Amino acid sequence: MDQVTAFLIAVIPAATPLLLAALGELVSERAGVLNLGVEGMMLVGAVTGFAVTVTTGSAISGVGAAMLASAILALGFAFLTLTLMANQVASGLALTILGTGAAALIGAGFVGMPVERLPHLDVPGLSDLPVVGPLLFAHDALVYLSLILALATGLFLNRTRAGLILRACGEDAGSAHALGHPVILTRYLAVLFGGAMAGLAGAFLSLSYTPMWSEAMTAGRGWIALALVVFASWRPGRLVLGAYLFGGLSILQLYAQNMGILALPSQVFAMTPYLVTILVLILISLRRARSATPASLGQSFRATQ
Amino acid sequence: MRLRLEPRPRPSRLWLWGSPILAILLTVLTGAVLFAAIGRDPLASLEAYFISPLATTYGLAELALKGTPLALIAVGLSFGFRANVWNIGAEGQFTMGAIAAAGVALQFAGSEATFELPLMLLAAILAGMGWAALPAFLRARLEVSEILVSLMLTYVATLFLSFLVYGPWKDPAGFNFPQTIMFDQSAAVPVILANTRLNLGVVLALLIVAVAWLVQRQSLLGFQLRVMGLAPLAARYAGFGRARLIWISLLLSGGLAGLAGALEVAGPLGQLVPVISQGYGFTAITVAFLGRLHPFGILLASLALALSVIGGENAQIAVGVPRAATGVFQGLLLFYLLGADILVRYRLRRLAEPGSLGAARQRATTETA
Repeated sequence: MDQVTAFLIAVIPAATPLLLAALGELVSERAGVLNLGVEGMMLVGAVTGFAVTVTTGSAISGVGAAMLASAILALGFAFLTLTLMANQVASGLALTILGTGAAALIGAGFVGMPVERLPHLDVPGLSDLPVVGPLLFAHDALVYLSLILALATGLFLNRTRAGLILRACGEDAGSAHALGHPVILTRYLAVLFGGAMAGLAGAFLSLSYTPMWSEAMTAGRGWIALALVVFASWRPGRLVLGAYLFGGLSILQLYAQNMGILALPSQVFAMTPYLVTILVLILISLRRARSATPASLGQSFRATQ
Repeated sequence: MRLRLEPRPRPSRLWLWGSPILAILLTVLTGAVLFAAIGRDPLASLEAYFISPLATTYGLAELALKGTPLALIAVGLSFGFRANVWNIGAEGQFTMGAIAAAGVALQFAGSEATFELPLMLLAAILAGMGWAALPAFLRARLEVSEILVSLMLTYVATLFLSFLVYGPWKDPAGFNFPQTIMFDQSAAVPVILANTRLNLGVVLALLIVAVAWLVQRQSLLGFQLRVMGLAPLAARYAGFGRARLIWISLLLSGGLAGLAGALEVAGPLGQLVPVISQGYGFTAITVAFLGRLHPFGILLASLALALSVIGGENAQIAVGVPRAATGVFQGLLLFYLLGADILVRYRLRRLAEPGSLGAARQRATTETA
């Protein structure tokens, strides 16, 4: 297997958790809710997925439990911001603080334990093909699921009536309400979807990408996912592009470090994802039409009869 | 019986300060349930958490010592939070402040110069400001989210610290441990209470809190920040320079976070190590909200959160509660607080049963209103 193929194969799992978490956040933001708790929800998903898989031996239960646990956290956030009309920025930060603490508490007994990695797809014939086989037909189910979900989210938002209503709630909650659409309910569902997706992303990290549990193992990926949503101008198709670009960069950095291309300390390499995120945000702001931001993003809504 | 939220004509001052107390009570209650759930005696755990750290002079001094960085950072953050400028990278600015202070201390190691400590504090303030300047510039000029930029820079700062203590700043005689040399006495903040670690930093923090109160209360700046947070359009019509307020909020909070970092290096630490903060920059966010973004409120809140940090260590030793429980408490506290804050602007009204006399009366008042 040549270098390029090996590189491409490594990019896919690096991009997957970013794509999963960012998709959830994208839907939530299109409905008008900014949830800064992605990092916390991902951590809770990672630890729950790991703990349940280790305890029950069933990866499916683990992944399901991870989605459920993060969705429960998201429900708390939704209750705060949608029912009690609390500030979304502050509530999202609270969610991340709470999630980080809860994950550390749950995971205290699981540090250093082994877990069986999610099974990789094995299609007889296809998976054995040179180059194409390992590149396209030998990942685990969550990788394919993330791409299917990206497509489904795009279709849902742009091609269905429910998607149109969801976008209306994010663009102009007052008008959506006046037309008789359930703004608060829609936003609840969007936030719950965001939570479940963050949980899925976390489970992918702890069960597939690096099959183990360690505190703060998300390493800022939840925040990077938030930046990716801005990068993608809130469009699922561009999100896939962004997640893979970002996955590519993080793998490139590992390569450069391992091959000693640049004689720099390891910490400098480790800084690159964060610096690149800032750079990307700057570039986007320079040329982006500001109108891509959902107009009601971050604002509380209360129906007045 | 149904309940309904009804807007208050004006925010309730009672609940503005009642809500933090309610949130603390709910957190303690949840804590007791949590302790029982993981098989610890709830009362003994709560005592280890919240009572026994206060029983000795040393404990009280530690409380003030841990409260100092929290109060300093939170007071800085409160300026921005009032104006909807969200610096959540105080942890990074704290780290850069600590690094700058250590840089000065290393430079003058062995010189015992009297200007060493003031220079350390000054360097730390400038470093914290510098670290906050990038998000300020990007937000003010390009509308880039200061939330994401300041947070990303926190990761960068932590890695930079790690690079220094594992690399060029490592103590050559330190058996290869990732730490710098211990700094001189001239690089230490004087201790003000014998047999404790309480130092002059706490006095500095009190002074800064008082100044912050004056600024927020008496100056045009405090007013402008509030207006920008509450009514951005009004602030624009009034001609308050938006970019200027963003710069001021971020530089102020960055500088104070940097100062807090220096006080940690020149105080209890005395050297640089890979982990210099117990999450002060993030905990300070909770402190700022719990203190109602008011300097004196923040002072009280910083003590409450400092107690949770010390109590967490104490409970781990005394009853074996995992240290991570502290993080859960801090998150829950902020969660409950933000939830309880609904009572500041709304009141819960019982909705009368339809068809009853009460319902008719209610309808009548709504119609006349």
